Amino acid sequence: MSALPALQALAARHRLRWWEALPWAAGVACFFLFPNYLAFGTQVLVTILFALSLDLVLGYAGIVTLGHAAFFGAGAYTVGMLAAHWGWTEPLSGLVAAALVAGVVGLLSGWVLLRTHGLTLLMLTLCTMALLEQAANMFSSWTGGFDGMPGLSYRPILGLFEFDVLYFRSQYLYALAVLLLCFAVVRTLAYSPFGRSLTGIRENVLRMHAVGAPVHARQVTAYAVSAALAGVAGAVFVQATGYVNLAVLGLERAAGVLIILILGGHGRLYGAFVGAVVYMVLEHTLSKAYPTAWQLGLGIGLMLVALYARNGLLGLGDALRRRWSAR
Amino acid sequence: MADALRLAGVRAGYGETHVLQDVGVALAAGESLSIIGRNGVGKSTLLATVMGHTTLHGGSIELRGERIERLPPFRRSLAGLAYVPQEREIFPSLSVRENLDIGARPGHWTAARVFELFPNLRERLAHGGTQLSGGEQQMLAVARALLTNPAVLLMDEPTEGLAPVIVQALVSVLAKLRAAGGLSIVLVEQNSRVALDFSERTVVMDKGRIVYDGPSARLRADPDLLARLVAAE
Repeated sequence: MSALPALQALAARHRLRWWEALPWAAGVACFFLFPNYLAFGTQVLVTILFALSLDLVLGYAGIVTLGHAAFFGAGAYTVGMLAAHWGWTEPLSGLVAAALVAGVVGLLSGWVLLRTHGLTLLMLTLCTMALLEQAANMFSSWTGGFDGMPGLSYRPILGLFEFDVLYFRSQYLYALAVLLLCFAVVRTLAYSPFGRSLTGIRENVLRMHAVGAPVHARQVTAYAVSAALAGVAGAVFVQATGYVNLAVLGLERAAGVLIILILGGHGRLYGAFVGAVVYMVLEHTLSKAYPTAWQLGLGIGLMLVALYARNGLLGLGDALRRRWSAR
Repeated sequence: MADALRLAGVRAGYGETHVLQDVGVALAAGESLSIIGRNGVGKSTLLATVMGHTTLHGGSIELRGERIERLPPFRRSLAGLAYVPQEREIFPSLSVRENLDIGARPGHWTAARVFELFPNLRERLAHGGTQLSGGEQQMLAVARALLTNPAVLLMDEPTEGLAPVIVQALVSVLAKLRAAGGLSIVLVEQNSRVALDFSERTVVMDKGRIVYDGPSARLRADPDLLARLVAAE
């Protein structure tokens, strides 16, 4: 394509829309409106980041994985072990280390796993996560084994903001800032030619081969970037809560984030936000109101979304808007 | 000078199934070739084999003198092959511009040159790929292939399912492409008239083999021969 119109089209794709400020405004507003729920809010932000990382591979590249918690756990254990064994408690460099470790795990496992597809790939991603979980359990002198590593503490963020054990104020804003930064990375990638080629791979892999796209290399790149972002999510989780245990590598976490993405809508950036907020708020409120039966309500809600909302709640919103404008 | 494309003793199919039997054909640089035959005789399989989408059981494939039969499909594309599949396979989530951009590589075929051939596409750049009509989608598929700046363009039944008026427009574009020179084109076509008018040389296939490789004019002039070859059992 000629350079100028192509650049204009690229710039138009990347242009910020006014409504894109809304999630961030809501995030800041929650800080002031719900000061007693900032610990919960931090968990929501971490989950959004985790779901966003999954969206890059599942929603954009079409790589179906059930083992994404492997990278969340890799990042979580990285900052946990750095703090516990080497006294490396500086939070920002910890995030970088977590991203690097999780990214390398993603790169190596992706290089092998992404030669397969379908059920084989699904099983192999699950196996990778199980292997890491078992490794974390076996090497207990390093990882704390089944008990994990409690009581981790981190130096103030930028040397200024102490982690607030009681009210989670610093943690919340820290998680929000990290999410914003990671979101900018994912958004830039999604709207770049690389992101478009991932969409092409998801929609027709043979056609992408035929236009000369190195499909495997691009899938592995996306997988590694996504793993690094999941690692950052895991690292923030550990820095905010001060503990890490085997649950960060568990199937429950991996399946949960997949459900969240399906609930919100995959391949559309903001699905992770909607899915995580709705899922976690529902989980929180239902479990308080109906301590013994809350999963029933959540399950029914998810079934309704799966049955009637193609591509999640955002997809449902699109369908309703189209119906409204057609009237 | 090496042939643009040369197949020798090619046996290929899907898994253990053999569809192509000892196929050999060569195409000079800038030459165009039509391949005709009944349904299921292996025409599309031949193109898919050149692109690396089938299982090759034997034989060799050369592109501009280089062996390519062991290369993965994307390396074949980078080496100079482009393929317009029967189903067009436009990326539904991408706009027309993105569909064009996705494989574009520098060379003779620029967006400006492609839009001279397909002015409709210029007007539709911001539209979704699947918002186009069947004819426009076909033109987008050809334009996308041209923008990869190939040495050899493989087209699989581009007129299939199109209205006669659109077929006419597409045929005139194909004629312009052939007249422009430099590009070798292999056209697989059910419509014998379109195929025979397109190129000076035609290959007829039957049961996975080439049963005729010669001047199109001879087939045009001898409808009985054409009917016999195409209807061969």
